[in-house]
Amino acid sequence: MSTVNRRILPGFSLSLGYAVFSLSALVLIPLAACFLKAASLTWSEFWAAVWNERARSAYALTFGASLAAAVANAALGLLVAWVLVRYSFPLKRLFDALVDVPFALPTAVAGLVYSSLYAPNGWLGQYLVPWGIEATYSRLGIVLVLTFTGFPFVVRTVQPVLEGLDADVEEAALLLGATRWQTFRRVLLPALTPSLLTGFALAFARALGEYGSVIFISGNKRGETVIAPVLIVRRLEAFGYAEAAAIAGVLLVTSFLLLACINLLERWGRRYGA
Amino acid sequence: MGLKTTTPVPVPVPVPVPDSEPGTGTGTGREQDRWGQNDPPLVRWGLTLAAMAVVFVLIVIPVVNVFSQALAQGLGTYWQTIVLDADTRAAIRLTLTVAPIAVVLNVLFGVSAAWAIARFRFPGRTLLVTLIDLPFSVSPVVAGLVFVLLFGLQGYFGPWLRDHGFKIIFATPGLVLATAFVTFPFVARELIPVMEAVGPEEELAAVNLGASGWQMFRRVTLPNIKWGVLYGVILCNARAMGEFGAVSVSAQ
Repeated sequence: MSTVNRRILPGFSLSLGYAVFSLSALVLIPLAACFLKAASLTWSEFWAAVWNERARSAYALTFGASLAAAVANAALGLLVAWVLVRYSFPLKRLFDALVDVPFALPTAVAGLVYSSLYAPNGWLGQYLVPWGIEATYSRLGIVLVLTFTGFPFVVRTVQPVLEGLDADVEEAALLLGATRWQTFRRVLLPALTPSLLTGFALAFARALGEYGSVIFISGNKRGETVIAPVLIVRRLEAFGYAEAAAIAGVLLVTSFLLLACINLLERWGRRYGA
Repeated sequence: MGLKTTTPVPVPVPVPVPDSEPGTGTGTGREQDRWGQNDPPLVRWGLTLAAMAVVFVLIVIPVVNVFSQALAQGLGTYWQTIVLDADTRAAIRLTLTVAPIAVVLNVLFGVSAAWAIARFRFPGRTLLVTLIDLPFSVSPVVAGLVFVLLFGLQGYFGPWLRDHGFKIIFATPGLVLATAFVTFPFVARELIPVMEAVGPEEELAAVNLGASGWQMFRRVTLPNIKWGVLYGVILCNARAMGEFGAVSVSAQ
């Protein structure tokens, strides 16, 4: 255990004090201000702000697209993590480094590039649009950029767990007559599930709040491709501060719940010695 | 690993890592690597190609597209836009001011939070760990909004700030606050596991041998955690430079 008596190691009150001070000043007080502002509305005003037709379609789109992107990330991330850990092939190092690019590329740039790539005269759009696949200014585009921005999460959470798995269990499964597929499904997948879920939840949470990339590819068509954060910005531009705070409050509560889930998952995952 | 050492290696020591496995960094995957090679070639190459295709379509093509568009009108135009355009210069200068300040703030917070959390037990410790992650799950737009609500003209401190001639929102301090909020957890999250893995023994020894708190930190703790700090700084900086949602709300 790394716990030490406070009398031996110095700096306990200084470090804790500074940490709590920063946390309060930068995160907690501002977030409390948001709830305080939302609370200045009456109950019926609050309800009208967060549950009208535009807001409902924005929530549905935000959650639907984020969920789709997180599912895609889980599947693709598992594949990429598997290949990176299990197989050796040329340029593996470069391949490994490329996975982190979505973290480094500004999201607004990602949105711009994707919309130009999939536009009718773009590099990929010129082949896809004739087939009726339009990824710019559509919901498909939103899912696509959200998949891009959340891509590293699943790979980076699954990879270390996959590396740490013992070969013995797999060997035993094979010796007992399981096929490769059975071994994967019955032996490996259960051990990977917690980390897979953590990565999924992280990608989902990130997608829910994503703004920079989405506004450039969605076209922000009213009631069709307007996501919840865009709605907040619209309210803000109309000086509807309390209404904006109310919608933000809904998003905040959702992400708190999600955060609680992530923490539970991580605790569960620790049982597998991740 | 035994399977791969059949090719003669010039160094007579049998233990070194074969060149096939530098990618994943941790070096624990070697046993698995051999194991994975037992998959039928069709499966192996099929999966590898599929993964490459995913990364190619999702990441490589867009990145190549960025550079090809940037350089489409030749290096001269590129240079002209970057260096000669006053707006671009101001924007780059502002980004290069805001990101480092946010990074420094988060490093100070990250180191002290990691020290308190990894080295001591205290009531509310788990809660603190959870709260540190909070900004990750908050939409950047909400992050920008909360500072507008606090310091904007309609905000709680807005009138006071205006009367005393301070400008936070729609100015550099607002940008710094929003950026620091969004990148808040990176350094702390990176450092807590590193510090826990290193353990307090060396620091205890240093203190017992008479080092002051600052000496212990500079000579023992810092060398142990420097790579963690660096990685946290890189992640934090990348996100700080690229942040758009939070900044566009609090600085439009």
